[in-house]
Amino acid sequence: MSASLPIRIFTPQGMLGYGYDLADFHRTVEEGVDLIVVDSGSTDPGPYMLGLGKTLVTVESYARDLRPMLRAVADHRIPLVISSAGGAGTDEQVARMTDLVDRLADEEGLSLRVVTIGADMPADVVADRLARGLIEPNVRGELPSEKDVREATGLVAQMGAEPFLEILATGEPFDVIIAGRAYDPAPHAAFALHHGVEPGIAWHMGKILECGGACAEPKGGGVVATVYRDRFELSPSGPAQRCTPLSVAAHTLYEKSRPDLLPGPGGVLDVRACVYEAVDERTVRVRGSRFLPSDHPVLKVEGAAVVGHRAAFIGGIHDPVLIAQLDTFLERVERQAGQLHPELAGGTASLAFHVYGRNGVMGPLEPSTAVPHEVGILGEVTAESPELALAICTTVRIGCLHLSYPGQMATAGNMALPLNPMESPIGPVCAFTLYHLMDARDLDLFPVAHRQVGRIPAEEATR
Amino acid sequence: MTATVPLKDLAEVIRSKNAGPYEITFDVMFTDADRYAHVRDSGVLNPTALASLYSVTESDVRTCQFFEPALAFKLTLVRHGDQGSIGERDTFGAQQHGPLLDILVPVPAPAPGEEARS
Repeated sequence: MSASLPIRIFTPQGMLGYGYDLADFHRTVEEGVDLIVVDSGSTDPGPYMLGLGKTLVTVESYARDLRPMLRAVADHRIPLVISSAGGAGTDEQVARMTDLVDRLADEEGLSLRVVTIGADMPADVVADRLARGLIEPNVRGELPSEKDVREATGLVAQMGAEPFLEILATGEPFDVIIAGRAYDPAPHAAFALHHGVEPGIAWHMGKILECGGACAEPKGGGVVATVYRDRFELSPSGPAQRCTPLSVAAHTLYEKSRPDLLPGPGGVLDVRACVYEAVDERTVRVRGSRFLPSDHPVLKVEGAAVVGHRAAFIGGIHDPVLIAQLDTFLERVERQAGQLHPELAGGTASLAFHVYGRNGVMGPLEPSTAVPHEVGILGEVTAESPELALAICTTVRIGCLHLSYPGQMATAGNMALPLNPMESPIGPVCAFTLYHLMDARDLDLFPVAHRQVGRIPAEEATR
Repeated sequence: MTATVPLKDLAEVIRSKNAGPYEITFDVMFTDADRYAHVRDSGVLNPTALASLYSVTESDVRTCQFFEPALAFKLTLVRHGDQGSIGERDTFGAQQHGPLLDILVPVPAPAPGEEARS
């Protein structure tokens, strides 16, 4: 990373493991890029990755996507950054991603210098800051309890640009950075900041790049940013795609609470004076973004815990007599199941019916009152143990199948069941117990470690 | 003389998505500056009407804002329940935009949505 401005940063895909076009990848790398960054995590898929340590995709998918990137690292000496490794970016997921990179490097005959950054948060630190009033309520006005902090099975903080900047400041060479949980734009922004790019430009570029070609039309694939001190230019890596002023402006406000001010670690990205201009048919120039630094460091802390065990069944109802009285029927099924399972009646277990074809997606907010000709029923049971969840789920499924109802003509069974066994354990259910901003003054977080992976270099092996 | 056109005939993108686990955000985006200005000036996308449309209280409306640089309107609501947990219906919040599609926007007759679409 001795490049002078402009630097070219390439994000080949919006999420590691989702697959990408190899021809586009190789062509873009051949055209010359200074850095490859790929995001590997999100809270959007829900709390299970943080709560259970599971990854977003399988190791095979990670390996398929990483192998060409690692070859590019070795063949072209392009550094690679993988951030929010594994989905939640826990220390364990960083270690597993590092092991995978080690294995792939070995298989490819490569020797790579890897830097890891941990993002696990010690529960003591968070509990102490909570007690001292240094954690802000979330947007619903809720604070975590000390129990939430202590019992979280996964507890991380979103790092900002600082850990990456510290690695770059040492000047120590590396090939791959594998970072734990990071604010999505942080690695891109850090490299730009390191090269003297204005903070507003650096953070705005990171915000766009972290989703890959989501800023292009049609969306998908990868994107390259050519970054100057006071502007950046975006081109999609797919030849049939275009970045347009509107597609880039639109992506700037994607999944953000406000369209104009985008808060993150270290400050707020202000895009109110931003200008988006077409450079050519598929390239857009962005300038005018500003960064309003916060007066002290604030980090978002994420915690998740197991809140129960789930079992589920899926069935379809086609009978119009039953569909016409579905709500009262399902209430009767639940009441009957509650008589057999006091945990359900008492509230330590729960049942949710998702009625697809009617209001399965929007629930009570569904405005349509149209009567469907058939509905799908997902019965979701959560209880304190997997065994109890399955037992209640079985009772509910039998109730849906066989409970009689007024006007019944089809007396042989109420529901079409596609799966066998008809109900299934789904596993533990998690919940986010923390997703809160914490005052991060005077904390030494995000430990950095260096290691060599893959084949041991010849000079070291013979030493 | 006025008529009405559903919002889906004037906008290019109408979408919903989580903004973190405690908020859901809706974007209405336009390719045509005149249509953007027309919808903005019509006043139909206001906090009271949208809170009512989604059966939430107005205090749950955290952003209700037009943003000219992107020819976009953004609505952000507090997300209730536990994202990705018990009883979840839409983990990514990506299919909650439906009620916005059919919001009726007053237009001078005949409807420009019909002319300009051709």
